Amino acid sequence: MIENDRALAELAVSDATLARLHQRLEQSAEHAGVLDVAVRTIESPLGQLLLAATPRGLIRVAYQREDHDAVLQALASKVSPRILSAPRRLDDAARQLDEYFAGRRRGFALAVDLELAAGFRRTVLSYLTRIPYGRTESYADVARDAWRPAAVRAVGSACATNPLPVVVPCHRVVRSDGSLGGYLGGLDAKRTLLALEGAAAA
Amino acid sequence: MDKPPFSDLVAQHGPAVYRVCRALLGAVDAEDAWAETFLSALRAYPDLPVDANTEAWLVRIAQRKAIDIGRARTRRPVPISSIPDRPSSYQTSVRAEREEVWTAIAALPPRQRQAVAYHHLGGRPYAEVAELIGGTADAARRAAADGIATLRKRLIPEPGKETP
Repeated sequence: MIENDRALAELAVSDATLARLHQRLEQSAEHAGVLDVAVRTIESPLGQLLLAATPRGLIRVAYQREDHDAVLQALASKVSPRILSAPRRLDDAARQLDEYFAGRRRGFALAVDLELAAGFRRTVLSYLTRIPYGRTESYADVARDAWRPAAVRAVGSACATNPLPVVVPCHRVVRSDGSLGGYLGGLDAKRTLLALEGAAAA
Repeated sequence: MDKPPFSDLVAQHGPAVYRVCRALLGAVDAEDAWAETFLSALRAYPDLPVDANTEAWLVRIAQRKAIDIGRARTRRPVPISSIPDRPSSYQTSVRAEREEVWTAIAALPPRQRQAVAYHHLGGRPYAEVAELIGGTADAARRAAADGIATLRKRLIPEPGKETP
């Protein structure tokens, strides 16, 4: 058993023990107020989604194609490195997203933290939440609503950098000619979301 | 270079820190020490220099927590056997072997146990082990070697003899 020194360094710690320890850390960190960013993943029809929340609210929803490790690193750099996997803070968000993907929910009742979007981009996001379920608007419509009719490209880039896709429905913004435009989750994801909502999408 | 998310540290170093705590304190107190170590670390993490050796840092915190917990527990005998994880039929022999190793480590003289814990279980080089337990790096190396020799004797049956 101790044939060599490596045997000791490899003394396995059971998954059950590690899970128990981690859960305890999550609870004490939350209780002590030092859990700046809680993260978890959920499965969805669009693949695995990473969810992140600060004490203020949901701060990030990320598609797998955005590279979850890179997203975590960006959160550590831009928000706080005090990040832990802590599903409980995200229970509500996870449940509402599940209901949405199952077609049983048309809007989200979640506190959101828009710290990752600044200036006009943040303004655009707040306008996006006003587009009703199952409807689409053009980038130009949104620019006009936000009192910046010439800022069509800026609306496009606000959508492309939306930190909260699905919850802030940038998928409901399409080109004026009815074509899909772009989507940070990929065009298939945009098509799936619009089909789920029964929107007439090109 | 950006500081990695704290969750990376837990994933990378959680098991090693647990092994160190377990060797220093036994199964029950090890969980307290581990949880307190990572909570303290999470609290202080934003101030840690970005180029710091995170494992060495965590092991140093664990040492302090283990000392605190050890002091608080002096009226109680040191728990050398462990409370097993929930009983399960699978891997019982692996688990039994593992328990045997932990029990043998717990029975080592303190300096040898600490040297084995920090070097062999926590992966710290002898120079750092010496800083943690006092004395020179050579003395730390000898203490660890003596500890390993004792563990070998206890755990590997000599040829021709039955396992005790």
